[in-house]
Amino acid sequence: MAETARPDGEREPARPPVMVGRHDLPEISERIGAIVLRGALPRGFWLAFFGLFVLVLVFLYSITYLVSVGVGAYGINIPVAWGTMISSFVWWIGIGHAGTLISAVLLLLRQPWRASINRFAEAMTLFAVAMAGLYPILHLGRPWYFYWLLPLPNTHMHWPQWRSPLVWDFAAIATYGVVSLLFWYMGLLPDLAVLRDRARSRGRQLLYGILALGWRGSAFHWARFESSYYMLAALAAPLVVSVHSIVSIDFAYAMVPGYHSTIFPPYFVAGALYSGFAMVVTIAIPLRRAFSVEDLITVRHMDNAAKIMIAAGMIVTYGYVSEAFFAWYSGESYERRMMWSRVVGPYAWMFWAMIVCNAVVLQALWWRRVRRSMPALFVIALAINVGMWLERYVIVVSGPSRGYLPAAWNDQSLTWLDFGIFFGSLGTFLALVFLFVRVLPAITIFEVGELAHERRQAQEGTR
Amino acid sequence: MSATADRSARRAALAALGQAGRDGRPWRSLDELDADTAARAVETAFPALADRAGATLDRRTLLKLMGASLAMAGLTACGEAEQIVPYVRQPENVVPGRPRFFATTLPSDGYGIGALVESHEGRPTKVEGNPDHPASRGATDAVMQAAVLALFDPERSRTPLHQGRPAGYAAFLAAVADLRRQRAAGTRRGLALIVEPTTSPTAKAQIAGLRQALPGLRVFVHDPLGTSAPGAALEAASGRALVPVPRLERASTLLSLDDDVLGEGPGRLAHARAFAAGRRVRRPGDAMNRLYAVESTPTITGAAADHRKAVPPDGVAAVARGLLALVDGGAAPDGLPVAPDWLAVLADDLRQAGDRALAMAGPHQTPAVHAAALALNARLGATGRTVAYIAPPDALEADGELADFCAAAEAGAFDAAFVLDTNPVHTAPADLDVPAALAAVDLVVHSGLHVDETARHADWHVPAAHPLESWSDLRAYDGTASPVQPLIRPLFDGRTQHEILAALAGDFESGPRALVRATWADRDEPAWQAALKAGVLPDTAAAAVAPPAARLPDVGGRPAPAAGGGLTLRFRADPFLRDGRNANSAWLQELPQPLTKLVWGNAALLSPATAARLGVDNGQMIAIAEGGRRIEAPVWTTPGQPDETVTLTLGHGRSHAGAVAALAAGYDAFRLRRTAAPWMARGAEVTPLGQTGRLITTQHHQAMEDRDVVRHATLAAFRDDPEVMHAGEPPPPDESLYPEWEYPHQAWGMAIDQTACIGCMACVAACQSENTIATVGPQESARGHEMHWLRIDRYYAGEPDDPLTLFQPVPCMHCEKAPCEPVCPVNATVHTHDGLNAQVYNRCIGTRYCSQNCPYKVRRFNFLDYQPFDPGEAGPQQAMRNPDVSVRSRGVMEKCTYCVQRISAARIDAKIDEREIADGAVVTACQQACPTQAITFGDLNDPQAAVVAEKDSPLDYALLAHLNTRPRTTYLGRLRNPNPRLAETGEGDGGHG
Repeated sequence: MAETARPDGEREPARPPVMVGRHDLPEISERIGAIVLRGALPRGFWLAFFGLFVLVLVFLYSITYLVSVGVGAYGINIPVAWGTMISSFVWWIGIGHAGTLISAVLLLLRQPWRASINRFAEAMTLFAVAMAGLYPILHLGRPWYFYWLLPLPNTHMHWPQWRSPLVWDFAAIATYGVVSLLFWYMGLLPDLAVLRDRARSRGRQLLYGILALGWRGSAFHWARFESSYYMLAALAAPLVVSVHSIVSIDFAYAMVPGYHSTIFPPYFVAGALYSGFAMVVTIAIPLRRAFSVEDLITVRHMDNAAKIMIAAGMIVTYGYVSEAFFAWYSGESYERRMMWSRVVGPYAWMFWAMIVCNAVVLQALWWRRVRRSMPALFVIALAINVGMWLERYVIVVSGPSRGYLPAAWNDQSLTWLDFGIFFGSLGTFLALVFLFVRVLPAITIFEVGELAHERRQAQEGTR
Repeated sequence: MSATADRSARRAALAALGQAGRDGRPWRSLDELDADTAARAVETAFPALADRAGATLDRRTLLKLMGASLAMAGLTACGEAEQIVPYVRQPENVVPGRPRFFATTLPSDGYGIGALVESHEGRPTKVEGNPDHPASRGATDAVMQAAVLALFDPERSRTPLHQGRPAGYAAFLAAVADLRRQRAAGTRRGLALIVEPTTSPTAKAQIAGLRQALPGLRVFVHDPLGTSAPGAALEAASGRALVPVPRLERASTLLSLDDDVLGEGPGRLAHARAFAAGRRVRRPGDAMNRLYAVESTPTITGAAADHRKAVPPDGVAAVARGLLALVDGGAAPDGLPVAPDWLAVLADDLRQAGDRALAMAGPHQTPAVHAAALALNARLGATGRTVAYIAPPDALEADGELADFCAAAEAGAFDAAFVLDTNPVHTAPADLDVPAALAAVDLVVHSGLHVDETARHADWHVPAAHPLESWSDLRAYDGTASPVQPLIRPLFDGRTQHEILAALAGDFESGPRALVRATWADRDEPAWQAALKAGVLPDTAAAAVAPPAARLPDVGGRPAPAAGGGLTLRFRADPFLRDGRNANSAWLQELPQPLTKLVWGNAALLSPATAARLGVDNGQMIAIAEGGRRIEAPVWTTPGQPDETVTLTLGHGRSHAGAVAALAAGYDAFRLRRTAAPWMARGAEVTPLGQTGRLITTQHHQAMEDRDVVRHATLAAFRDDPEVMHAGEPPPPDESLYPEWEYPHQAWGMAIDQTACIGCMACVAACQSENTIATVGPQESARGHEMHWLRIDRYYAGEPDDPLTLFQPVPCMHCEKAPCEPVCPVNATVHTHDGLNAQVYNRCIGTRYCSQNCPYKVRRFNFLDYQPFDPGEAGPQQAMRNPDVSVRSRGVMEKCTYCVQRISAARIDAKIDEREIADGAVVTACQQACPTQAITFGDLNDPQAAVVAEKDSPLDYALLAHLNTRPRTTYLGRLRNPNPRLAETGEGDGGHG
């Protein structure tokens, strides 16, 4: 393991440690558990939560309005019949990806630095998938019939059409949601037991006790836990690739200029990781500050996340270049015209904002100093979040708006409802993160404890 | 009303005024508030009456009305049913669920066009053309299609009004009787009758009789649409009132001198059909006529022309005279608005064609143009061959026009005026103060379908019967008379013009049927019944007369510029709203204008060069001032518009047309029109206002972007290379992952001839009527939410000042490998056994993936709840909907079905008779309406089918064939027949765009 080879972080200033200072399990349990178990909360928490609660109300109002009036209330039309419901859906799914990558893939690759960020990354995944899952339903003209996508036996002989990528999509998202939930809950079990043991009120003891499923921390439990956790990780890892590949096939399957492209699956997966890590960084930076866990979620974590962002971001940038290149190289006038209108047409400002946010700003991360400067990293991560939303919107909208028949060309203009639903879902997502931080340990107690233990042993061994 | 009651009403009005001030409800006058008070008073005293005066029709009334119509259907539309009784015995020939068709005639600017109206259990639901009628020949136009919507318009006038208050028709008759008594006593001044030009023999006989019976009667003709203009112009040009009856099918070289012969006028449908018949080229050897158009504003005739020149409205006369000089072998004067070479070639071509040439003058052009056309036809030998002249079928012995009425009325000449089925307060030229003239008359009686602007200035308003509720008769453009018979008993107790004229003549008893029958008393009952059945009174066409020689005034060369410069105004009636009489029709408001594709409003058309000079762009407001009057209008730059000419359309901007018209934005061009210059005016000042107005268009891109969308070629290129439409086309890929479909029975398909299509929009309106397609209103149209299943794309090619205008009707292609089918997750769009691409509304959950993946973008989505089907909300329009078509709820996709309900009906009939479905048994709504027969539909499995023959033509191509969608709707490339001697300027190199 990389850490054991270079045992002491302090000796190598160029590479900050994944954990600062000496910690032991009881101390870590105490600190992380206290975030959840302490009684009064700072005023700032409540103020921020109130703001988010207002956004939750906006979300609920917008959804109610949408369902009662109809999807025409947001900015779609013929020919651009898909809009922000699809682009936001792809964006949220993308954000969900970082969690699985951190939890499952890095677990399998034995990257111990993931330990302190995986829990909230997983939670973020779940909440993002929850948000993402709502969008395709809200997208429907008759959302109350969304279950017709399920292969349910029924009397009206209705069966999904398996040729449609939307059915694959539905299955992929549902699988992803279930596996993410299981994986997250599995990982929570030992920590729930810690909370149960540390809780002082009867109610909390009962709640956490039930959720802990009788975890007692015996060696037997740990052995079972390890094997099943790794098994779930092995199941979840391919999903990182498959979910967004299938989402991208919704587009690639269609014969719309700008949709019909074989590069979409890898391009979308890289984009998903890119935006996912950007969101992890966006949340982790304020979180570590607010709860004073800078010694557990360290600059090293942020640095590593930034490096993954560079890798993913460069693949995304390659995707942009390749899209433009193949639009030209194909000789297809339809593709060329669509690309041209993307660059100079009505959505050009979005396109160029997307290029700046996703491809240009990213380059700053090549400098170590930028990667380790939390304000700079935060701003860059925010820019990438914005840029990735724009990317999805530009992809969704620019193809159909410049389709095959010029007489049918038209643009889409957004209404308040597009914004109401998007910012409402953002608020709801963050409100869920707040609740999660309040109710469950945001940092994995046992894994961080394990990490601390290994580090201590390693240090003692070398001395 | 007693004085006390009057005072209390006034008090109530003042109280209401205070109330209106408080709740911010806008009001215009005390009278309006007073009317509200009156309505409330009526509500208290006579609830039943108030119910009928209300704005909406409740279910009970609707059921009553439907019951009435059912009873009427049982009595073969005799309109004399006194009681509503349910069927005790089922009437003969009435099978519930099976529509019946009645022949009738619909008015079009005073002339008649024959129609067959579909009736479901007594409810008229759909208008088709009458193949036996010379003006229809089976075709309809958009306005005729919208007749059923106008019939069931919930805002129609529902009760006679006296001083704005509901009154009985009996009270009106009493007032007429009173008037007659006073006149008999000789104590009265004159009586004025204001009517629009009409061809109705019954109305004309009644008016002639009235003139005899009532010596003080003076008849004034108000002609806002210029129906009588051609007759008047020819009278000025030759000394004899005549109208030309062109026979386009006999002509090989046609010239339009500002005549929109395909789009306007009472014979437009017949002319369009004849014109297209002369261009039906399928093989290289087929003959094709050639149309030259010299026009002062872009029209669909100019779009169909092989050569088109845009000249200012006042330059047409000079061109016509120059041409005449050239045909005579002389020389054209200098300084004409068109190139002399071009004119010389045209003159040669006309001379060569000889008696197969045809010159047509625009109805609204000056007598000089009519004189030139008359002379041209005479010189070429065309008179009597390609054109006949007849006495104007709308000729009416009258005492003057509206202006004469106004002058006399203001001088106090009349104590009573009857304004029948016309709305002069809106449609009068701006220099006439019609309200003041009417105010100077003691008793003003108005009849009309709506309580319109004129009704508000009348003492009595009588609801008119809609043509589908009326007995009448009308003449076609060639003089052929045809009966108008009702499809339904008057919904709102409307009265025909004939009844009011009869009452004026002292006949208070005769029903409209008897009045009309009396006109045709020379026909015995079997002949009359046969005429009612056929929809035509045989042997009534006017006899051709030899026209006198044309008097040719000297018009000089280029018209002198107007003093002080300025732009030239060209007025046109809106193609669908006409003078505004159809303004409350949502179908017609939302039907894209043929060339501009604008909906829910009108624009001032400018040429691109003039717009650039003025520094204005589409949608920007300009002020147009002429003759001391000023209007503001948004600009629409239109390729092919002559420079320094502004085209203004009449019919928009009405103040009291109804709730639908109130949604539309538009300016009222009547406010700029003068009696002396109804169709063109010079020296208008145009100033940009720097604001932006609301213009809504359904097509945002006008060029084909070098794509193979509308393939076009010249006839010469087609003769050189029959495969010219396929030149440079890659072979379509025909591999598919999925197995081929098999069609053991029928495989439906459609072919659309783009040479024949003139872009008139009749098919779109017919589709809307047949398939109960919702209208969405201006806001939704502006957002790209319009619902038309069939659209006509209009592309421009070539130079903006001399464009090639191409039309392409785009219904669903019913692709063999339909991209919409595999993407639907719930199997809502599926392939049928007979090749249709069917949309199953009940299954659709609205993912809109099918629309995303449709390269033709023909799918339409119910974004909002556009069409209430709940009986409580739907209003009387519910009765108009086609019962054979499924309803669609919010959130589902819909699209062209190839009129699957008609296919099913034909299949059921064939199965009952145990035979195959014959070719031609299934006619789609668009095909049936099309005046040029551009659309052919049939079974591709039947080698004898007409559609197979069309598709066998080398002109046939599939739109976007390289996508391997294999459309069942294919197109015949557009052929043009330009004169080889005229250097083609960029427009036709034989290649396709």
